[in-house]
Amino acid sequence: MPSLGADMEYGTLLEWRVGPGDNVKRGDIVAVIDTSKAEIEVEIFQDGVIGQLLVTEGTRVPVGTALATVRAGAGDGAPPPPQASEPIAVTPALQAETQPPAPAETPVPPPPAVPRPPQVHRLRVSPVARRAAEQLGVDLASVAGSGSDGAITKADVERAAEAVAPSVPPATPARAVPESASAPAPAPTPMPPGAAPAEPADRAAAMRLAIGSLMARSKREIPHYYLQTQIDMSRALAWLQEENLRRSVADRLLPSALLLSAVVEAVAAMPAMNGFWIDDAFRPAEGVHLGVAISLRGGGLIAPALHDADHKSLDELMAGLRDLVKRARTGRLRSSEMSDPSITVTNLGEQGVDLVHGVIYPPQVALVGFGGIREQPWAADGMIGARPVVIATLAADHRASDGHAGSRFLTEIDHQLQEPEEL
Amino acid sequence: MNQQELRDVVIRALTDVAPDIDPATIDPVTDLTEQLDIDSMDFLNIVVAVHKQTGIEIPERDYPKLLTLDDAVAYLLAAEQRGAGADA
Repeated sequence: MPSLGADMEYGTLLEWRVGPGDNVKRGDIVAVIDTSKAEIEVEIFQDGVIGQLLVTEGTRVPVGTALATVRAGAGDGAPPPPQASEPIAVTPALQAETQPPAPAETPVPPPPAVPRPPQVHRLRVSPVARRAAEQLGVDLASVAGSGSDGAITKADVERAAEAVAPSVPPATPARAVPESASAPAPAPTPMPPGAAPAEPADRAAAMRLAIGSLMARSKREIPHYYLQTQIDMSRALAWLQEENLRRSVADRLLPSALLLSAVVEAVAAMPAMNGFWIDDAFRPAEGVHLGVAISLRGGGLIAPALHDADHKSLDELMAGLRDLVKRARTGRLRSSEMSDPSITVTNLGEQGVDLVHGVIYPPQVALVGFGGIREQPWAADGMIGARPVVIATLAADHRASDGHAGSRFLTEIDHQLQEPEEL
Repeated sequence: MNQQELRDVVIRALTDVAPDIDPATIDPVTDLTEQLDIDSMDFLNIVVAVHKQTGIEIPERDYPKLLTLDDAVAYLLAAEQRGAGADA
């Protein structure tokens, strides 16, 4: 079970996407797991052949538990990169060569060892509905979907639950001991009389707990300092509007992409903001893995990474961001995206308020915040006019940098946004 | 596409970015962004999906004309009748 963020202690294996004997390539999605925050697609970090699946679907296990064995390198002469920089590779999960149960030459055991719940994966089910089904103990295969293309909605699940039994078990508590559940739904337990049917409240509570514990750790351990500056966005937005006129819908840019790109460029000038505070020392990150705080529907947030943002063009950043936000909100993030962003940006967006003072994600050392872009009175050249303005803030770790460096960093973000065509 | 088909396209695009939405509960005359907590990124994804399905080009300046379900359907229907989506 890979660690997908500093706040994750357990994960539930929801679904295997491979079986014993399957050939896999580095980056293939092999399983779907549920952290307390989201459903995540787990990518494998090397080429090989799946040996045994060690954890059955529906089982909750601590971070570090081996999920499966993999025999390395089959069907491909190229050895995996020696310094395996993928964060997942450093976790004990899916640890190939060191797993005793799968010697390289042993015949692969037949697949039936792991029963697959029938049908379920081929149904169109929203993550919210899937969660509701788990909590209500509803078999999704028996639910008729009323959503588009027959997709099963949460309402369908609730109707099915009411039809089957008026009172159903709540989900296993967030801190429950890992149990070897061979059935996807937890075993029913009696509810106290008069109790309301289980709501996704359990999950929301688990997420709040995870966010709370990480943020409390941040505030406890990291001596934050805060800076803010107002940035005139008129050039950036004028350029954006002009640019979008020429572009087809799918290629259009949002102001967020410019803001992210400006941060990436500014990091190049101020690398002290990009990295980790570990064991009383600052470790600069290799490359810029830009964490993007994304609010989730129904509450909570998640900050997956746009990897190697410093090697992406503005268009690639925009495409990456669009894809990431959509998948974060529909529950299909990948494990590599959940691991180790090197600096995070939180952007309140156009519906947001003026400014945000962020809380740093440990072990990162900086968090950049953008408020909503507002038309404001702005003095320039002895004149006051109205201009679109955004307030950029920096929360940074005083162990790793000082206000002077932070100030130069924010100023650099401003400079970048005054030359949008260079982003 | 007729009105009902266009409506289905919009609803499918909506539920694709926000799977928790029950289409039956959408108020067709209320701002979707507020009603369904849709931000600019979600909205862009919806516009892209509608474009893919219908071939209709929706310029950025027209986004405010698509803010409710009824308005969006009316806009798309008018665009189709103008022939904007004839090659779709």
